[in-house]
Amino acid sequence: MEETVHYAEATGLLGSVWLLVAIPLVSAAVLLLLGRRADRWGHWLGVAAIGAAFVLGLASFFQLRGLENKSVELSLWDFIAVGDLRVDFGLLFDPLAAVFVLLITGVGFLIHLYAVEYMAHDAGRRRFFAYFNLFVAAMLLLVLGNNYVMLYFGWEGVGLASYLLISFWYERPSAATAGKKAFLMNRVGDAGLAIGIFIMFATLGTTQYDEVFNGVAGLAGSTVLVLGLLLLLGATGKSGQFPLQAWLPDAMEGPTPVSALIHAATMVTAGVYLIARSNPIFSANSTLQLVVVSVGALTLLIGCIIGAAKDDIKRVLAWSTVSQIGYMFLGVGLGGAAYALAIVHLLAHGFFKANMFLGAGSVMHGMKDQVDIRRFGGLSKYMKITWLTFMMGWLAIIGMFPFSGFFSKEPIIVAAFERADWTAWLFGGAALLGAGLTAFYMTRLFVLTFHGPKRWTEDIEHPHESPALMTIPLVLLAIGSVGAGFLLATSVPDWLTATAGLNAHEEAHEPVLSHAVITVLSLLVTVLGAGLAWFLFRAGTATAPQPAGVLVTAARRNLYTDAVNEAVFEKPGIFLTRALVFLDNRGIDGLVNGLAAAVGGGSGRLRRLQTGFVRSYATSILAGALLVMAAFLAVQAGWLA
Amino acid sequence: MTELKLPSLNYAALAPIMIMLGVALLGVLVEAFVPRRLRHVVQLTLALLAVLAALTMVVLNADDRIITAGQALAVDGPTLFLQGAILVLAAMALLLIGDRSVERGGAFVAQAAVTAESADDRRQAEGRNGLTEVYPLTTFAIGGMLIFVAANDLLTMFIALEVFSLPLYLLCALARRRRLLSQEAAMKYFLLGAYASAFFLFGVALIYGFTAGIPGRGAGVDFATINAAVTESPASPVLLFAGMALLAIGLLFKAAAAPFHVWTPDVYQGAPTPVTGFMAACTKVAAFGALLRVFHVAFAGAAWDFTPVLGAVAVLTMLVGAVLAVTQTDIKRLLAYSSIANAGYLLVGVLAPGREGLSGTMFYLVAYGFSVLAAFAVITLVRDEDGEATHLSRWAGLGRRSPFFAGLFTFILLAFAGIPLTSGFTSKFAVFGPALDGGHAWLVIAGVLTSMVLAFPYLRVVVMMWLSEPGESTPRVTVPGGLTSAALMIGVLATLVLGVAPAPLLDLATGAADFVR
Repeated sequence: MEETVHYAEATGLLGSVWLLVAIPLVSAAVLLLLGRRADRWGHWLGVAAIGAAFVLGLASFFQLRGLENKSVELSLWDFIAVGDLRVDFGLLFDPLAAVFVLLITGVGFLIHLYAVEYMAHDAGRRRFFAYFNLFVAAMLLLVLGNNYVMLYFGWEGVGLASYLLISFWYERPSAATAGKKAFLMNRVGDAGLAIGIFIMFATLGTTQYDEVFNGVAGLAGSTVLVLGLLLLLGATGKSGQFPLQAWLPDAMEGPTPVSALIHAATMVTAGVYLIARSNPIFSANSTLQLVVVSVGALTLLIGCIIGAAKDDIKRVLAWSTVSQIGYMFLGVGLGGAAYALAIVHLLAHGFFKANMFLGAGSVMHGMKDQVDIRRFGGLSKYMKITWLTFMMGWLAIIGMFPFSGFFSKEPIIVAAFERADWTAWLFGGAALLGAGLTAFYMTRLFVLTFHGPKRWTEDIEHPHESPALMTIPLVLLAIGSVGAGFLLATSVPDWLTATAGLNAHEEAHEPVLSHAVITVLSLLVTVLGAGLAWFLFRAGTATAPQPAGVLVTAARRNLYTDAVNEAVFEKPGIFLTRALVFLDNRGIDGLVNGLAAAVGGGSGRLRRLQTGFVRSYATSILAGALLVMAAFLAVQAGWLA
Repeated sequence: MTELKLPSLNYAALAPIMIMLGVALLGVLVEAFVPRRLRHVVQLTLALLAVLAALTMVVLNADDRIITAGQALAVDGPTLFLQGAILVLAAMALLLIGDRSVERGGAFVAQAAVTAESADDRRQAEGRNGLTEVYPLTTFAIGGMLIFVAANDLLTMFIALEVFSLPLYLLCALARRRRLLSQEAAMKYFLLGAYASAFFLFGVALIYGFTAGIPGRGAGVDFATINAAVTESPASPVLLFAGMALLAIGLLFKAAAAPFHVWTPDVYQGAPTPVTGFMAACTKVAAFGALLRVFHVAFAGAAWDFTPVLGAVAVLTMLVGAVLAVTQTDIKRLLAYSSIANAGYLLVGVLAPGREGLSGTMFYLVAYGFSVLAAFAVITLVRDEDGEATHLSRWAGLGRRSPFFAGLFTFILLAFAGIPLTSGFTSKFAVFGPALDGGHAWLVIAGVLTSMVLAFPYLRVVVMMWLSEPGESTPRVTVPGGLTSAALMIGVLATLVLGVAPAPLLDLATGAADFVR
């Protein structure tokens, strides 16, 4: 079989990329083990660990740029060696991993810095930073592993850390429930990923990326389809995509930096990473790509529609995350050059979404932790920095020229139109419609929060701007939201083509509409959506829920997806559990208890043979001797043999 | 009259045996000439030094593969491995026997001849120093076992059998407390042992008759002659098979295989606990050493014929041991039945063909010996003012009272149950693997099923120790002195080490797994 994917040995500085994972992990361990003794300085250790990881990541990135083969592998030790299964504890540092490392550690560092101040009054700040570091370590392991088992390892670590962080305020029932919901819904996806890995081992005998990708061409089409669908199920779980999107908005129960770190910049991108990394599998089957594209298109519309009906500032942002990741799925599903576009959008999104989440946190900080945008308004005068930085994020996400969202989202819309058949109109239209809806609900959020008349609750007299430690990260992220798009869109696709196996030069079809028309159209719907929202909400809104039509009611209720989840997962799950308990009690326990009773009864009866009299012992020995002799003679006579 | 030719003796190869027997004789003299108050220390030191010296000689002889003393003794790989095993385990048993910190005066009676349960008996139980004759008796027994595993003809084997059995009968009678039970145990063991010896001797006679008349060879009971006779003898094979059956019965009696196990629970329960440990560990090694040699060397040509019969005995043994262990209420009887079941697993190893079967069996013997000695060491510690509290109900809640010792005992029980990371797992693996490769799947299936049954009584003890509330009658664990602690810790550590890293000992056993013929 021809080797299309080949990884080089790691040398020099790249030999120490394992430190990227080790540093935050050790920091987390120190923070957890030292306990209260670390309360005074623990948060700075947490920040420093991520800072160090960022510096190391940056240095490794520049080292990688100078190399011929830009995919270097570092085998640390044999992780699992059982029978035919060989799993390396190995890392892979290539252009794809490198950009993720920079995003995770860079944006992660700013969020850590922000959290120092945000969590200043929380008694559990040290514990918070320990979990935060654990999360970053797990995420880095996820993107740095050189095989699917390592990825799964990080994947589960991310799941654990997110559970701990979402239910960080575990004394609140809503937070505890949200943590549980996130964990359970992720399990559904994780099960898919795990079975996918089993299939890889069963059919290819390996889980190493290079060997899997080289071997995938030799697999039957149906195997590839099943494998890809299972991986996709895993990805939809972690990334909050249809049908496993319901946990993500609930996960806003965690502290706001958690929302920023996990549910904007990093964790939810794990699914995109998985599909981008596995692109040789997804590219091998066009049905698979169609499924991914459909999931992306559907999710981006669901996210937009629900986001437009929500009044909780963090939930609107959460649904916008669902929607933006839908764009990324659309991109990776389209294949070819669109892979790189999705990654570009992912990076740009990391900046502007973290920016807006932290901005929302800043607003909440000034408004006594309120989250209802109907009770905000007019805050632009009181929180100048938050207002301006949030504005950058807002303009970026709606894709306004020349902010980053324009450079990252618009090419995906174009790519969606570049399909050979009628589906170009379907997916392109969905992407275009999504852009308009995004502009509408994000403008609604922005206007209701910062402009229009004050609709504050009575206990708020004078909202204040957040301290410098919170605003500096905001400013830096805002700069990213403004400038990053152009830089990323021009350099990252070239950079990513060096990723082994990432086939970015697939021949593209001519778009059904000309490039310029699509660009104009997308700007037009954006302006239309934003303008409509501005017109509708410039004078504020009612402070209580209003009666609404069918669509808005449905959107307020998350388009009834929770009800679907309940019907599809919860009800059958409960039924299955009850059935199994019944089977276990009556069937299996009955069998086991029956066997045990039989053994016990036999034992009790046999015991009576042990009379304690030598004469009966001697008799039984004699009987045994006769039997053995008889048996030997019988064997000799050939009866038994 | 023919000239009497003296056989040549390789003294270095025989040194371990001669050291043990010599020191045993010396011990008798010590009893006669050394003042009473010094005897304990002198005897214990002598015995331990003897074991150490013999062990040193075994190690120095490690490369010997010879037959000496005119065909009577074979000093080869299995002999040396098993002699080493007996000596190491015997050293641990001696530590338990010599301990006088757990019970004042030691575990042995001060005056064996007084009427049991009389006033004199109660007085002697109150702390007068125990008999020191146990040491020469033990060293004689060890010496006999060393000969038993080296014996290369059936007469030598019979004499060795008696040399190590007679002291054991006596040792069983020497418990300080519960004299009647102890004397009863000794009496039963003696009667049934003599009975079994008779079977063995009868078997020897039949085999001798069978070997007569091979062309170019005289009749004899050395293994080379028997081996040749199996294929070449013109005599009726009835002689061979009847003789083989009778020999097997004599050996299986010592090995405590069903249906010749009946003595085991009574004797294990009645004997002083250190002696029970000694029997469970060392007698097992000796008995299986002899079984291995007889069936792998003398009767190798008849393997197809004895395998089904011995296999049936193995299955029966496993079943009886496991099923009867379920309803036991006395911890010593429980371990007796567990020891019976283990004899069944060992028989599986005996029947497994080739080097792997042999080395697996030898590994099992060592691993089991360490664990069982540690188990009996713990039993000596759980006591009240009337001596050891062996009834299981008394162990309820022990985990709360003495978590450390209850933890150690739990570990040993888990090892018996064959949980991974203990020697119980690796040793079962070592005998079942070769048996499976040799086509004896039915034995392995029986072994695994009975292991599952057997896990129940073990875990029941664990549950009782940890999940029950301590009652009024729950005894405290006596904090042991140096000797018992040493034996206990050696046993537990060996159980752990052989479970985690069995390779070195397995390699040693595999390297030794070659009989000289």
